Amino acid sequence: MRVLKLGLVRGLLGGIMGWLFGFALVIGARLALGLPAKWNPNLVADTSTVWRFLATAFAPYEPAMVVGAIFFAIGFMIGVGAVTDWLKWARGIETPFHHGARIPGTPEWARYFNVDYSHKVIGVQYGITGILLLGVGGTLAMIFRLQLAQPELNFVQPDAFNTMISAHGMIMIGAILLGVGAMSNYLVPLMIGANDMAFPRLNAFAFWINVPGALLLSSAMFIGGWNTGWTGYPPLSSQAPLGVQYFFLGVFFIGLSSILGSLNVIVTTITMRSPGMSLFRMPIFVWAAFATSIIQLTATQLIGLSFLMVLMQRIMGMGFFDPGGPVWYEVDKWVGGGNPILFQHLFWFYSHPAVYVFILPGLGIISELLPVFSRKPLFGYKWVAMSSMAIALVGFLVWAHHMFVSGMSNFLRVPFMMSTLLVAVPTGVKFFSWLGTLWGGRIEYKTPMLFALGAISVFLIGGLTGPPLGTVATDMNLTDTYFVVGHFHATMFGGFVFPFFAALYYWFPKATGRMYNERLGQLHFWLMTPAFWVMSLGQIFVGTHGMRRRIASYEFELGIGDAQMMVTIAGFVIFTSVLIMLANLFVLSWRAQRAGANPWRSRGLEWQVPSPMPEMTYATTPIVVGEPYDYGKPGSTYVQFAPAPLAPALGAGVTGGD
Amino acid sequence: MAAGTDTLHDSYQWQTRTNRLGFWLFFLSEVFIFGGLLVARFFLWGGTRPDLPQIPPLLLTVALLLSSFFMFRAEMAIATDDRKTFTRSLLLTAVLGSIFFLGVMFVEWGFTVENGQLVLGNHIKPTDGVYGAVFYGMTGLHALHVISGVIGILLVWNLGRKGHFSAERHWGVEATAIYWHYVDLVWVFFYPALYLIGTAVGHGH
Ligand code: HEM
Ligand SMILES: [Cu+2]
Repeated sequence: MRVLKLGLVRGLLGGIMGWLFGFALVIGARLALGLPAKWNPNLVADTSTVWRFLATAFAPYEPAMVVGAIFFAIGFMIGVGAVTDWLKWARGIETPFHHGARIPGTPEWARYFNVDYSHKVIGVQYGITGILLLGVGGTLAMIFRLQLAQPELNFVQPDAFNTMISAHGMIMIGAILLGVGAMSNYLVPLMIGANDMAFPRLNAFAFWINVPGALLLSSAMFIGGWNTGWTGYPPLSSQAPLGVQYFFLGVFFIGLSSILGSLNVIVTTITMRSPGMSLFRMPIFVWAAFATSIIQLTATQLIGLSFLMVLMQRIMGMGFFDPGGPVWYEVDKWVGGGNPILFQHLFWFYSHPAVYVFILPGLGIISELLPVFSRKPLFGYKWVAMSSMAIALVGFLVWAHHMFVSGMSNFLRVPFMMSTLLVAVPTGVKFFSWLGTLWGGRIEYKTPMLFALGAISVFLIGGLTGPPLGTVATDMNLTDTYFVVGHFHATMFGGFVFPFFAALYYWFPKATGRMYNERLGQLHFWLMTPAFWVMSLGQIFVGTHGMRRRIASYEFELGIGDAQMMVTIAGFVIFTSVLIMLANLFVLSWRAQRAGANPWRSRGLEWQVPSPMPEMTYATTPIVVGEPYDYGKPGSTYVQFAPAPLAPALGAGVTGGD
Repeated sequence: MAAGTDTLHDSYQWQTRTNRLGFWLFFLSEVFIFGGLLVARFFLWGGTRPDLPQIPPLLLTVALLLSSFFMFRAEMAIATDDRKTFTRSLLLTAVLGSIFFLGVMFVEWGFTVENGQLVLGNHIKPTDGVYGAVFYGMTGLHALHVISGVIGILLVWNLGRKGHFSAERHWGVEATAIYWHYVDLVWVFFYPALYLIGTAVGHGH
């Protein structure tokens, strides 16, 4: 069985076995206690179509479905081999630490389907998985955008529409988190001159746990879907179809990856920098990844907790959030049941800072690329570095701007409005730095640079729509309209999608040794950017003209049919342009010309070694002797390589055991 | 691809220092989930608390705090290569931890089987509104940490029995110890929040 050599296949088998085990365990225990297998005997499967059958057959067994899903993830991680070393350590067996293919004799490509400890392999794994999720989420968007293209259409049924927008939202967030993981895992060690992350095994675990997470999240669509939007507010989510549970669990596992991955980034940044790389000589992207990681490490726990509480409320009847829940002691009216506002506080305490998780790495990429392509120093390096930290920290204080109309205490509104508007200050610092860097530069309009500039233009739309939402008086009118949808798509495309694409084009020659096709890259840019402006301004326009968000249909009388059609067309153009990028990078490039070690004439550490990089990126220790962004200053150096190579490594190092 | 190693980052001292930093960051992260539950408690219960028997949780708390002392003794013992005290103290820690865990399960939660039905809650049930929800949420998440700590201690004890660990190399012991103290510390916040603060309302079943 050669396929069993692939960790992914073993993981899936392990996952299925785990799922069956968990499901059988709960049902078996019920039967042993003399209870009926179904929790709710009134629910019967609808056998009219396969789709209806899947959507209804599992609902009566919800608690067993939940336990099955948890064991699915455990079985997957055991099967794929992500915990093998740790289980050995627990028995006192030391495990050698390998760089390079772990199973001798397997082809190079197989490394990407197995647990591999090299941060470069893991970075690529994150990236590919992220792009796959981007494809799934994008396809969903194309379907429901058809439904919205004209008023009063009946192309997608309301239930399916609700599931699709909910799935689109959370799958895209998963895609973004994976893309962020791709950039930080691939780039942080390279940029600080380290050969790997501080905890390579944890790194592999943090990647692989995303796979069961993404599978559960996607499968939620098939077992009944859910109708809550990505936010999963109770009481709606406590009455939603079964799919909402797999949505919760999928998010939970992806969140676990965020926590463990960011822990690794922080420790790596603190402990593994090259000699001479003081904090203020780190590349800006490392600062951004560091700030991001602080948010991910801490705040993620709160979305996990809030979703877990609804999950438990559904299967155990624990009344956290439903006001009508039973009260165990007798009447006393002044203490009610649960409180849905509490959910919103816990949820947004993560989910607002999370938006900075999405954008800070991308903004770091912009600051990274502008100096290279305008051949000028980064304007105000220290300010930019500190602004990432400031955004991350102030970001913890603004969450209730999502709750202005939720019914929370009125006195909370103004303080949260002020803190929200405060975020504009460090964000403005970044804008000024970008303009200052571009000012008077000799700009080369290569694809990565174009995407960095496009990102700035798009992020500007997102940034300008933020303050009207952060101001209570205007938000009362704009909340829950397409204006909000326009706002956050502009921030996320400007803060993540455009910079992520810029990064893909920019580091592609480094990773593969081949140069992408510049013409196709430019075509991608010139299709996607104007299309995005149309889509974004269109969303904002229909929002201010009465289009609610999360509504499957709208009336002729709103008079926004044409604008909606433009948004849909623009969406399809964006989708197509991304396909061009994928063809350019992953199909055509195999025959492309060689790129050379440093096609962009960058000062960064990773550009001083050959492309593609050797397994051990830095055979000799890089020593940092100057400033990172002194482009165009004659005679300035950033990095030197130690003259004598490190003592040749004899035998494999050993970790674990005691 | 050439296999190779990174000599600097393979030294035990370097790894231990790095592990330590990673562990503390993990604790920082967990502060937020425990903190979130505390927020839920004060949000939903305000100045009240369920009226629960006081003596059993007090005894369980004493057992847990005592276990931390023995964990500390185990770590000190291995640092001086006193293997006997080391393994014995570990075992005592695990026993006290298990007492706490079982106490929560069978006294506080009151797991019993009555006429073939699994029954939870001789004082308070998970379905008892916000009181049941928060009570089971907080004790449950904490108990999950306690039982994983006990398993960790038993694993370390087993390795110690077989001659692993020494005065110079005992990161495994240290990690288990700080984890255990951490779980203990969480209870120091949870116990008063659940059993002491606020006016008792209701009278149980
Ligand atoms: C200038 C800074 C920003 C301000 C003042 C701001 C303000 C707001 C406000 C007040 C809302 C709530 C709107 C409502 O539901 O009524 C909101 C929604 C949102 N913002 Fe921003 N924002 C800013 C930047 C960002 C950034 C950088 C991102 C991230 C990529 C982002 C992502 C989102 C998302 C995803 C939502 C929608 C949440 C939902 O589904 O309800 N925002 N923003
Ligand atoms: Cu926000």
